[in-house]
Amino acid sequence: MKLVMAVIKPFKLDEVREALTELGVQGLTATEVKGYGRQKGQTEIYRGAEYAVSFLPKVKVEVVVDDAQTDSVVEIIAKAANTGRIGDGKIFVVDVQSAMRIRTGETGAEAL
Amino acid sequence: MFRHTKKAVAGLFAAAAVMFAAVPAMAAVDPETAYVFNTFSFLFNGALVMWMAAGFAMLESGLVRSKNTATICLKNIALYSIAGIMFYLVGYSLMYTDVSGYIGSFALFYNPSDAELTLLGAEEATSEMVDAVVGGRYSVASDWFFQMVFVATAASIVSGTLAERIKLWPFLIFVIVLTAIIYPIQGSWTWGGGWLAEMGFSDFAGSTIVHSVGGWAAVTGALILGARKGKYGPDGRVNPMPGANLPLATLGTFILWLGWFGFNGGSQLALGSALDATAMAIVFTNTNLAAAGGVVAAMLMTQIMYKKVDLTMALNGALAGLVSITAGPDLTNHFMSIIIGGIGGILVVIAIPLLDKLKIDDVVGAISVHLVAGIWGTLAVGIFGAGMLGVQIIGIVSIAAFVIITSSIVWLVLKYTMGIRVSEEDEDIGLDMVELGLEAYPEFGRGSQRS
Repeated sequence: MKLVMAVIKPFKLDEVREALTELGVQGLTATEVKGYGRQKGQTEIYRGAEYAVSFLPKVKVEVVVDDAQTDSVVEIIAKAANTGRIGDGKIFVVDVQSAMRIRTGETGAEAL
Repeated sequence: MFRHTKKAVAGLFAAAAVMFAAVPAMAAVDPETAYVFNTFSFLFNGALVMWMAAGFAMLESGLVRSKNTATICLKNIALYSIAGIMFYLVGYSLMYTDVSGYIGSFALFYNPSDAELTLLGAEEATSEMVDAVVGGRYSVASDWFFQMVFVATAASIVSGTLAERIKLWPFLIFVIVLTAIIYPIQGSWTWGGGWLAEMGFSDFAGSTIVHSVGGWAAVTGALILGARKGKYGPDGRVNPMPGANLPLATLGTFILWLGWFGFNGGSQLALGSALDATAMAIVFTNTNLAAAGGVVAAMLMTQIMYKKVDLTMALNGALAGLVSITAGPDLTNHFMSIIIGGIGGILVVIAIPLLDKLKIDDVVGAISVHLVAGIWGTLAVGIFGAGMLGVQIIGIVSIAAFVIITSSIVWLVLKYTMGIRVSEEDEDIGLDMVELGLEAYPEFGRGSQRS
């Protein structure tokens, strides 16, 4: 099992969710985060003084999937979250040691 | 028969007297009606000014950070209450009763007049009792109420500037002294009929007497208290700390704008005649135009200076316009109000970054709005209105000196006895948790209850 972790632009969340649902992915977790990459952020002026908005609001989407599905999930997310403009985000894939569904106690692939 | 004749003759004389009296009396309202309208004006306009306390609370809540929001709300409602109590206990008498040039009288508690008590307590009211009350031209309590909301306004100006790092109780002790002693004494010099009034100093609703007084107390407090931690960096760097809730700040400004109609309008001090009603309408109109001028001027200034319009400066611009017209809102040429308010708006946009350059940390811009525009508004009466510029300057300077000295003494005494500033660590955590043990937004942002 792999954890696919994607940091995307907030307004892309619904598109990504729909795309994943079409693929058959049955759950995901979304968190509001802030971050920056090479898109540095900008300088604004508040009451005559400059302030750097270094962090930009993003959303982190996390899905745990079977090894076999991982590549297609990454591809689907990348396509849905893409705007072509700076700040689109990144996708990471991490190994998952185990998984369990809390209600039933199912483990492994059954829990996904 | 003689009795009836006497009565008839007396009746004829009375009728003739009334008829003769009626000719010039057509220009005057029946005294009891005038009394009712005057009293009503004080009560209704005073209630509008009371509503400005809500305006200040919302404006300040919107411009401080969320970790300090509950504290600023508490300070606002507390100072309004304290001001009312102190003004009842000693303040009103110190300002208005038997003013001898520089000061009124020390008298505890201000209660209805004897004539009023007689009328209220009588089994059957006689016309003498009514006349005795009506002769006062307005109810004693209504005048107290109207003047009380003004001292409360002056006190609330101070809370905005000193937000986010001042200790609660020392601040409230300062408010006690400001509202019991400092404000009433300088107020007696003009509105109490003292030496400035005799000189011809003209401040219709209080650009100097209310707004600059609050402004000076705020400046001395800001200097003695110091800036917020991290606000100013090396090499003149200024670190903005954006407010938590701009819609609240906007709401607060609109509330203040509405309340200001009472603030300026009620300062006509009468409504019992066509003249007074007309004058009050002119004052309402000028008040609105000046605020509008302030907003537009501030917007244009920020657009030109920063390439983007700053909402918080536009809000301050409205208030600066209002403060600017407060000394002379009775101008018969309304156009001048737009100019006066507009200049106030320009001054406030310049003053805000200027204060930062001087490292005077004014969280909400109260000094720029109330002190700077207050001075401008008082001078404007000498330039555009019926005042004498030289006398206006004397009033501005003398009240400035008095408030600077007295407020500095109080701040310094508080600083070196109980301390006025929270610790650095407490300032980081936020006053809400440290002083109140509360969160303003526990379920939002970084609130502890956010799920």
